[in-house]
Amino acid sequence: MSASDGGALRPPPHGAGRAFIATLSRGLRLAFRRRGEALNPLVFYALVITLFPIGISPDPALLAVIAPGLLWVAALLAALLSLDTLFRGDFEDGSLEQLILAPQPLWTQTLAKVCVHWLMTGLPLALSAPLLATLLALPAGSYAVLTLSLVLGSATLSLVGAIGAALTVGLARGGVLTSLLILPLYIPVLVFGTGAVEAAIAGQSALPYLAILGALLALSLMLAPWAIAASLRISLNG
Amino acid sequence: MSLRLQARQLACERDDRWLFDGLDVMLESGEILRVEGPNGSGKTTLLKILSGQLDDYDGALEFNGQPLRACRDTFLANLLYLGHAPGVKAGLTPLENLAWYQALGGEAPDEAACERALNDAGLAGFEDTPAGRLSAGQNRRVALARLTLTPRALWVLDEPFTALDREGVAMLERRLSHHAKAGGSVIITTHHALGGLQRVRRLRLGEALA
Repeated sequence: MSASDGGALRPPPHGAGRAFIATLSRGLRLAFRRRGEALNPLVFYALVITLFPIGISPDPALLAVIAPGLLWVAALLAALLSLDTLFRGDFEDGSLEQLILAPQPLWTQTLAKVCVHWLMTGLPLALSAPLLATLLALPAGSYAVLTLSLVLGSATLSLVGAIGAALTVGLARGGVLTSLLILPLYIPVLVFGTGAVEAAIAGQSALPYLAILGALLALSLMLAPWAIAASLRISLNG
Repeated sequence: MSLRLQARQLACERDDRWLFDGLDVMLESGEILRVEGPNGSGKTTLLKILSGQLDDYDGALEFNGQPLRACRDTFLANLLYLGHAPGVKAGLTPLENLAWYQALGGEAPDEAACERALNDAGLAGFEDTPAGRLSAGQNRRVALARLTLTPRALWVLDEPFTALDREGVAMLERRLSHHAKAGGSVIITTHHALGGLQRVRRLRLGEALA
């Protein structure tokens, strides 16, 4: 192939799906290469949860009352702390510029980045939650609801959090600002997430709560990729 | 169809200072436009505006007679931008880096083409070494391998000679001249002499302004 096919213009390419998969697998591969860093949120989650019985009281009756809230708050914070790295690396090595200049819709690329984030933080957190819940003596019968609520909720957290991460990627110390920006948006997820687990403990149906979590996820899935793309453009314009 | 990029009365203000004002730029097929100027004169900013990254400017920017904002898809499909940062992931091998750029351009994965491009860039034997363990010059070469891997009509290159050795500089100069002869266009900033190139137009920033 010649070095340059000259000035012949090309039409905009197809293959947005291929680009999506490429960005997704690139992110996962990078995360696997740096397993230590990728495991940070999970380690943080496990540490916080194991410290509570030691710090408060090993009394199962007491722990069972606060367990749903603790499990959810700790998962939320673990997801929040991992947001700063979402776009930072790409910003520093110039990949973000290339992502924005790629002849693909930017929202598909941002969605791929968020998927990686969720697969590396939200999903492991949700899957490890039942194990850690035993430490807090979470009453039986609510474990499945806990995992399900975290699966749905953490996906929303990743999507919404990425907006904040995208807005602050150009700033030297964006971490605190990201938290301030998106914590208010995290509150509904937290309320309905813990609500689902508490309902399951009380023997009521957790379905209404899970349905609302699902609705929040659908809404953020629809709007967040565009918001992230717009935020990235604003950040790089700065 | 050939390429024409035109900017009229371009002006950009940064931190209460006009970087440039009333700038007219015209670039057609087969031309190399060299943007010159002292440090801080707005070369990188101009390149970012001309590559459609920055929206924060006054004036009109047209690609083939259409406003750039209206034909962004076509423009991006024909643009290859290399910035200060090479855009090479340290955790991935050169081959994986190039494969991502290929997919980003909407092309089918073609490992043989990636290997050929790396070979042309003088990186034979380093295909599977993580880019983080390569030198700055080698990382630059990985980025430059995209010039052959993903053919585009318009190259916008911001200091592409950084960290390259003498042989790499010669290689890149050959490539630039070949691209221009074949009808492609280049916008480049460099403090390098660009000795062997013909049809280089110069655009000087940072002088006419008070």
